[in-house]
Amino acid sequence: MRETFVATTTALLDEDPRTALVLADISVDAFAPALRRHPDRVLNVGIREQLMAGVAGGLALTGLRPYVHSYAPFLVDRAYEQIKLDLGHQDVGAVLVSIGASYDASDVGYTHHSPGDVALLDTLEGWTVHVPGHRDEVPALLRAAARVDDRVYVRLSTQENRAPRPVSPRLQVVRRGPAGAPLVLAVGPMLDPVLAATADLGVTVAYTSTPRPLDTAGLRALATAEIVVVEPYLAGTTSRMAAAALADLPHRELHLGVRRAETRHYGSVADQARSHGLDPAGLRASITAFLG
Amino acid sequence: MTVIAERGNPARQLVTRLAGDEKHAPSAYSTLEVLWVLYDRVLRVTPATVDEPDRDRFLLSKGHGPAAYYAVLAATGFIPESWLDDLGGRNSRLGLHPDRTLIPGVEIGSGSLGHGLGLAVGTALGLRAQGFLDSHTYVLLGDAELDEGANHEAIAYAYAARLGGLTAIVIDNQSATHGWPGGIAGRFVGWSASVVDGYDHDAIAHALTSHDGSRPHVVVATVAPKGR
Repeated sequence: MRETFVATTTALLDEDPRTALVLADISVDAFAPALRRHPDRVLNVGIREQLMAGVAGGLALTGLRPYVHSYAPFLVDRAYEQIKLDLGHQDVGAVLVSIGASYDASDVGYTHHSPGDVALLDTLEGWTVHVPGHRDEVPALLRAAARVDDRVYVRLSTQENRAPRPVSPRLQVVRRGPAGAPLVLAVGPMLDPVLAATADLGVTVAYTSTPRPLDTAGLRALATAEIVVVEPYLAGTTSRMAAAALADLPHRELHLGVRRAETRHYGSVADQARSHGLDPAGLRASITAFLG
Repeated sequence: MTVIAERGNPARQLVTRLAGDEKHAPSAYSTLEVLWVLYDRVLRVTPATVDEPDRDRFLLSKGHGPAAYYAVLAATGFIPESWLDDLGGRNSRLGLHPDRTLIPGVEIGSGSLGHGLGLAVGTALGLRAQGFLDSHTYVLLGDAELDEGANHEAIAYAYAARLGGLTAIVIDNQSATHGWPGGIAGRFVGWSASVVDGYDHDAIAHALTSHDGSRPHVVVATVAPKGR
């Protein structure tokens, strides 16, 4: 996904003089050709993530469309107040593009993990969040963000599904269960693990790569008595919105995602997923226990 | 301070109309003369040009105590003088911290310290990227505000980017808890610097307009210590 982001953003810089890119040393080498062609619009501020967000706010105040990129813990967690005030409070937008979401940096430890990025942005108003499940979903999301001035977060991941899905703000049914079957909603790269975990469970599986704003109309249309949300960030991040959307419908909800406790071990992304119960076996165990 | 402002400042009378932010009153008065000089003699922006893309920008980073700012905006026609009579009221556009979406001519909302300089760096970069090379960005900070670490990210990068279109003004009322040993200007490594009497209009105007534009510039305007 990172390579797709670099290629698409480089093309946007060539095509649209409104496009700017702000980096904090991460991915600078990949953008070297773009920097040579557009030295006034490709800006590497160094390891200064608070400044990175502030610069983006200033660029947007002059009418440019800044893309801002780093590892999720530095892009969102570290610069949260700049995101809140230098973008939101100024009523300007930017496109934040992260890598290293959740535990993608699996072997370096918690300092480089960011399971709470989407939850943090959920405290703020007006953010669209894209969580592509496949690299081929990335270009359309980035190009759509170039056409508006809104606040957009694109959460790239090293985990991805085997095949891309159509890019849409609406929930998509990937596998339909029998009438009244429980609904399992998978966000981004959680789709393949969910499909594997529920292959013989008789549930409806839906997918979204745009969890914010949540397609509440689509959720209500698909909702049954039992709903499971599987998201690749902090477990329960979507629970408030789902509960509000379905407040008048009798139902039970289970929210699966990254657990709050630090795992305090290294290893692969698969190792981390297993520890958080987000591998197919872990998901199956949680879902079957919930459904009874 | 021994130097008295030589030119009139009509905002000085207007600022007395603002009541309700006594906590930040020293902060407001410390900026009054610099703000007047900026709007009276330096900035290329008027109420008629607040939306022109090539206008000069002024960013009040030190959003605490904006009474002087509001008074200057009223004296220069950006806002009606009548707005000054309801500072912080439920239906007022003028809060104890300014909001850019409510006040014509205000470039940023501020109040939380340490945000304006980063925004100013981005603004100056954006103007340069769009070819507005005659447009200048000014940002006003307080000496205590420099305690915020985010400023120092911006100071270092502004020099690295050779942002000649950026001028920072630091109002030094000696309110930083631990002071700035060695002087404030020395913290702006690589920048050109002027230290002036914060009440001397001619000296302020000269400092704001006399730099060579090859790198960012800082003007430290010394005023009476807070509380005196």
